[in-house]
Amino acid sequence: MNYATAQHRRARGKDSTYVWATRSAALAALDAEALAVLDQFAAPQDPERWFGADEFTGEKRKSFDALAALGLLEPVDFQVPIPPDLPPMPYPLGTLVLNVTNKCNLSCTYCYEYGEDRPKDTSAGPALMSEDTARQAVDLLFKDSAGRRNLSITFFGGETLLNFPLIRSVSEYALAKAKAERRQMSFALTTNATLLSEEVIDFLTSHNFGINISIDGPRETQDAQRPFVSGKGTHEVVVPKIRQLIARNRERRGRPIGARVTVTAKSADVRTIYRHLALELGFDSVGFAPVTSAPGRDYALTGENYFTLLQAFDELADEFVVAALEGRGHGFSNLNDLLRELHQGVNKAHPCGAGLGLVGVSTGGELGLCHRFVESRTHAIGSVSAGVDEDRRRAFLEAGHVANKVSCHDCFARPICSGGCYHEAWVRYADATQPNLHSCEWIRAWMDLGLMTYARIMDGNPAFFTRYEEAA
Amino acid sequence: MSRITPLNKKARRIAARFEGSFADAHALAPQDPPLGCTTIFAPGWEVDSDGGTANLCTPIERDLYDCHHSCYWPAQVPDALTNSPNWAQSCGAPVNDWSKIDLVFP
Repeated sequence: MNYATAQHRRARGKDSTYVWATRSAALAALDAEALAVLDQFAAPQDPERWFGADEFTGEKRKSFDALAALGLLEPVDFQVPIPPDLPPMPYPLGTLVLNVTNKCNLSCTYCYEYGEDRPKDTSAGPALMSEDTARQAVDLLFKDSAGRRNLSITFFGGETLLNFPLIRSVSEYALAKAKAERRQMSFALTTNATLLSEEVIDFLTSHNFGINISIDGPRETQDAQRPFVSGKGTHEVVVPKIRQLIARNRERRGRPIGARVTVTAKSADVRTIYRHLALELGFDSVGFAPVTSAPGRDYALTGENYFTLLQAFDELADEFVVAALEGRGHGFSNLNDLLRELHQGVNKAHPCGAGLGLVGVSTGGELGLCHRFVESRTHAIGSVSAGVDEDRRRAFLEAGHVANKVSCHDCFARPICSGGCYHEAWVRYADATQPNLHSCEWIRAWMDLGLMTYARIMDGNPAFFTRYEEAA
Repeated sequence: MSRITPLNKKARRIAARFEGSFADAHALAPQDPPLGCTTIFAPGWEVDSDGGTANLCTPIERDLYDCHHSCYWPAQVPDALTNSPNWAQSCGAPVNDWSKIDLVFP
């Protein structure tokens, strides 16, 4: 039986080469001799002949066995396709994303909720989620989450704080239920920060909310991209409120507070944005999301923008490495997430948990794959009253499985990317289950940057990775 | 294990399956051979190096039975676990009774 070098990606380290196997997502350091063994099989050959005197023991045999076990060498005669298996269904829910309102007091230029790229018919549902709908949703989460001890609810919108009374009452309702069933409940919320008040801040920090603030950076960018409906800028309104929130959260030793930045063709430089948010305002982490848009919109990112973005990410990664080598964390959350996934050996059959452990709930109680798909009739997978439509859920998960994304099958980024965001694919190709081919080059460059950063930190301070031992 | 160091959680889990190192791994031998061997396909060794059966170390009938019973040869035989549990029941001694083995059409 002939064996050949299996697909993998390398990053050069100081004394060894870091190798990430695509099929298994295992990551190992190989010395020069082990690397030579791997390269021996670039042209397929029969290991039994190659072993010679080392057939049963000896260095050649040991290296071969280790590389084969890691998925770095594989038989060419028995190419096993990616198994299209779903986990045992119905998969227990873990997270609900409640769209507590469709309304928003801002008028962001790139909004997918109200802009041209929305999959949903937001006029159909009520503007605010009712108490009744929210409780039904929580009941559904508890009912359909057999075997899970930890449950979470994420509040989303619209601008979530326009329905703060509901957030408060639903949280208390879920907490009481969790206590009765001896389960753990955690909450998260995304907000534009305009409506943060003393009362709201007190509630969120005392209930240990994971808080994500949508903010695009310094004044010029923020005011241009995220104005009030009236057109007035929001920067000077949100900044004092954010400072107050961060200070209170620190006192109470709350969960890290994140900034979530949408990067468009018109954004300021990413490093400038990072400095403003992390150093001047004090955010614990800053995450950047390239804007989702159909091609041709004036804010849509072009190839050149993506290149600049990658360069900026590269420089932020340098700062990250300096901190990591000194044993300090760094707030560049995209890189934190990527390093965690690399270190966990994450190998995804689906790009995210949408429709799997996570479902979105519309203001009217319709269940969608995630918060971006609620109220899109074609992607509905049930309702809070009728429960999850398991047939539709299953059909979607089968269609969206990476085994069906043929163009992903020879890509080294597959274990982590798995074809990318369903909503992004829907906007580009009108089909949520398509791989996001327009992002491939960028994703591969980003994975390379992650792998190189992994190598640099592992070379200098391997203890840094203990923080990624537990799954997030 | 200086040559190949498993680093991430997945790699360490693979290494742990081989008792902390890869030294005893036998990548060419499946860890848990499936009963009936029907999950893999190989043409098998039903002939000797000359293309006949005269020089086989055991009779060809024994080979066939071994495929079924001990999974020693990786050739396809009916799956005796679920679909064809009785396919070899009338074959007490393969050398004598091999022709009584049922034909199974998948």
